[in-house]
Amino acid sequence: MIPTLSHFLAIAALLFALGLFTVLTRRNAVAVLMGVELMLNGANVNLVAFNKFMVGGLTGQAFTLFVVVLAAAEAAVGLAIVLSIFHTFKTIDVRAADLMRE
Amino acid sequence: MEHATQQLGPTLVHSAGYLWLIPLFPAIGAVINSLLGIRIQRTLGKKWNHGIAIAMMTLSFLTALRAFAQMLALPGNERFLQNTLWNMLTAGQLRFDLAFALDPLSMMMVLIITFIGTLIHVFSTGYMAEEPDYWRFFAYLNLFVFAMLLLVMGDNFAVMFFGWEGVGLASYLLISFWYTDIEKAKAGMKAFVVNRFGDFGFILGLFLLFWSLGGIWEPRHDARSVSYVPEIGYKANASAANPFESTGPRSADVHGHAIPLGPTMNFRELRDQVVIESTGVGERLRHQTLWGVALLTLVGMLMFVGAMGKSAQLPLYVWLPDAMAGPTPVSALIHAATMVTAGVYMVARLSYLYAMSPTAMGWVATIGVLTAFFAATIGFFQYDIKKVLAYSTVSQLGIMFIGVGVGAYWAGTYHLLTHAFFKATLFLGSGSVILGCHHEQDMRKMGGLKKLMPVTAATYLVATWAIAGFPWASGFYSKDEILFKAFTQRGMELFGTPAPWLGPAIFVLGILAATGTSFYMFRSYYMTFTGHYRGGEGHAEEHGEDPHAAHAAPHHVGHGDPQDDHAAHGHSAPAAAHGQVAHMAHALDAVHAAPAHDDGHGGGHDDHGAHGGSPHESPRSITWVLVTLAAGAVLTSLLGIPLLWSGHAPILEHWLAPALPAEVTFLHTSHATEWLFQGMGVAAAAIGWFFAMKLFKDGKSRVPHDLKHRFFGFWTLVYNKYYVDEAYHAIVIRPALFLAAFLSWFDQHVIDWIVNFAGWLARFFAAFDDAIDKYVVDGAVNGLGGLTREGGRLFRRIQTGRIQTYLYGAAFGSLLVVLLNFLFR
Repeated sequence: MIPTLSHFLAIAALLFALGLFTVLTRRNAVAVLMGVELMLNGANVNLVAFNKFMVGGLTGQAFTLFVVVLAAAEAAVGLAIVLSIFHTFKTIDVRAADLMRE
Repeated sequence: MEHATQQLGPTLVHSAGYLWLIPLFPAIGAVINSLLGIRIQRTLGKKWNHGIAIAMMTLSFLTALRAFAQMLALPGNERFLQNTLWNMLTAGQLRFDLAFALDPLSMMMVLIITFIGTLIHVFSTGYMAEEPDYWRFFAYLNLFVFAMLLLVMGDNFAVMFFGWEGVGLASYLLISFWYTDIEKAKAGMKAFVVNRFGDFGFILGLFLLFWSLGGIWEPRHDARSVSYVPEIGYKANASAANPFESTGPRSADVHGHAIPLGPTMNFRELRDQVVIESTGVGERLRHQTLWGVALLTLVGMLMFVGAMGKSAQLPLYVWLPDAMAGPTPVSALIHAATMVTAGVYMVARLSYLYAMSPTAMGWVATIGVLTAFFAATIGFFQYDIKKVLAYSTVSQLGIMFIGVGVGAYWAGTYHLLTHAFFKATLFLGSGSVILGCHHEQDMRKMGGLKKLMPVTAATYLVATWAIAGFPWASGFYSKDEILFKAFTQRGMELFGTPAPWLGPAIFVLGILAATGTSFYMFRSYYMTFTGHYRGGEGHAEEHGEDPHAAHAAPHHVGHGDPQDDHAAHGHSAPAAAHGQVAHMAHALDAVHAAPAHDDGHGGGHDDHGAHGGSPHESPRSITWVLVTLAAGAVLTSLLGIPLLWSGHAPILEHWLAPALPAEVTFLHTSHATEWLFQGMGVAAAAIGWFFAMKLFKDGKSRVPHDLKHRFFGFWTLVYNKYYVDEAYHAIVIRPALFLAAFLSWFDQHVIDWIVNFAGWLARFFAAFDDAIDKYVVDGAVNGLGGLTREGGRLFRRIQTGRIQTYLYGAAFGSLLVVLLNFLFR
């Protein structure tokens, strides 16, 4: 069976949905960050698949590399925030960080 | 009515810059005495109070004499002195200057006022010597003279009216001089209020005259006016092409003199306009009518209403007898010699207007004769000596109005002059008697005073002789001239109907009034001065009753300063101070005597204690004045020696001729008729005198007593003055009070009800509006607020502050967008 664009897109959507689910449901802040990584990688799969099947060239792969780098930076910032949250609330449960209500 | 045969010229004016001094002097005296008088009296003594007042009067008299001298030096038709000080008011065509003028008529009045005024000031020093409010009296007296001089010297109606109201005020102040006595205060108010009625008429007449003089007024549909074009063109007046545009007064040209036309308040301009025929004003006034009545008649009648009040004519005479509540010098000066003659003066001053309206003439003369007769009959049975003189004054004023009414203007004015002298003598004589009899005014308690008060008796007799109308005293000449002129006047009209019989009828009533005058005046003389003294000894009690004494006593006691208060002196240390034990018993006598010492007039008072309560002659300040005035009462006859006796016109008629330009025609009669009428005058006086002597001389005759009981009903009617005061009470005052009560009721019940209803209605609507506000407007606002609040409360639950919750929203939203994208492709 030769994989087609739809297979890749389905994988990407699955990854994105699982990431989103993780972000929405996990209470651990680190897990939330991991969910975000999943979503970003879902998008990366999309970029590469569209480039391979529809456009050609290396534009998609270049974007993906940018996104990977961006994700690394994002993870660094995210973990710093998580540390700050932990400092403030003595927990990394995201439910505790509800100061935006004020 | 015929017109002047020769053309009268305009008034030629000579300026006299000092005229304003004449009224100024009494004004200064009034100001000094009213502001500083009480201090002067306390520190310097009463002689300074009257010193200032009399000095001012004398200066005024001397200035008047100076004006008289200047006037005598001028030719007859130029005797008009004028002095304009400044403009008081200019409004449209209305222009008032503070200006004084003297023509022969007002000159005569000024001389009477200042001369008799000065004498009465001197008299008052003796008469009022015991008065604690001495300064106030002289302040008022000077104020009166000031106002009276304004009245007669005013160059226009405004100044005259100031004086007219000013004398009313002074009269009020002086009548209620002893204001603690409620009756006297009431008398003052009565005089004031009755005069207001008259003044209302006067001012209406004034406005009407001013209005009718206006050349440019739109005739009302019910007022008919002859189209008015002055025969002689208006004097060059810049933009006179359209009279509506020109602001300055228009003027006609007569003999090279510019005569201003149009509405004016100035006597001289009015006279020029009316008298000079070529201006056409007189002609126009004569034909103008208002509501079918000649305008001129209306003006004359309304102005005479003012004279009725001021000069005490029917039916407004009622205040004058009550005015006798004032001090006697006041009665003499104000209510006999000067103020009450203001009406006569006014009619004489406007003689040219009255002469043009036979109805107005008839009106004046008829009221005059009715008053003369009516008042004379009341005088018959009065016992109060001042009341007799008061009714006599009313009666004599009536005679003056006959004179000025029938067109004998000089004669009416002459009677004013002679009356000023003899009535002042009579009043001051009665004052002397009242003082001598210790404030007794009832003639029944007098009698036999001739021996005790010889000077007073003699002067009183002379004045009685004059008023009764015997030859060689002044009253005869003026009264006979008036009555004769009344008989020969056939041109008068009664309310528009020609009434040739009116003149003779007036003569008949007038001669009856003259007889009556002679009777009651001699009656008062005989009752007062002949027979035995009926006063008795009971003076202590009488003083208790006497309002004046009753008033004076507490005042004296209440006075704290023993330095100048003679009464306190007399009460506290009588015997030691004066060495007269009798003063203790007759406290008031001490009051008489003490100031007399102070003033240096009390020659006859030193033996006061010896004759106790019996009458005594008055001090020299009083007798001297009496003699002067009595001499005047005789000597003024020289001014009016008739044509018949001397062959030339009376001096006064000649003197007044330029000021009285009215032309009135009288019936021509033979000399024999004139002699006959003079004889009738004397006979009238003699009849009155004869009956008075028979009935009252020496108080012996029982006939008056019998007659009184025979005709007791009639006697009661006349004694009570025909119940006129009661009639006034019933006709005027009661309805007025009833009306007031009704209006008060109406106000309380109807007006208040309407107001309350309106208030209730407003409250009702307010409550309604309040409900709307509360439930509808507030409800909407509150509802909106509540909705927002509830909405907020509801939606705040969404705002959890957790990122994941928001992400749910975003995720569902995105899902929704995707779903919609599929559904509505």
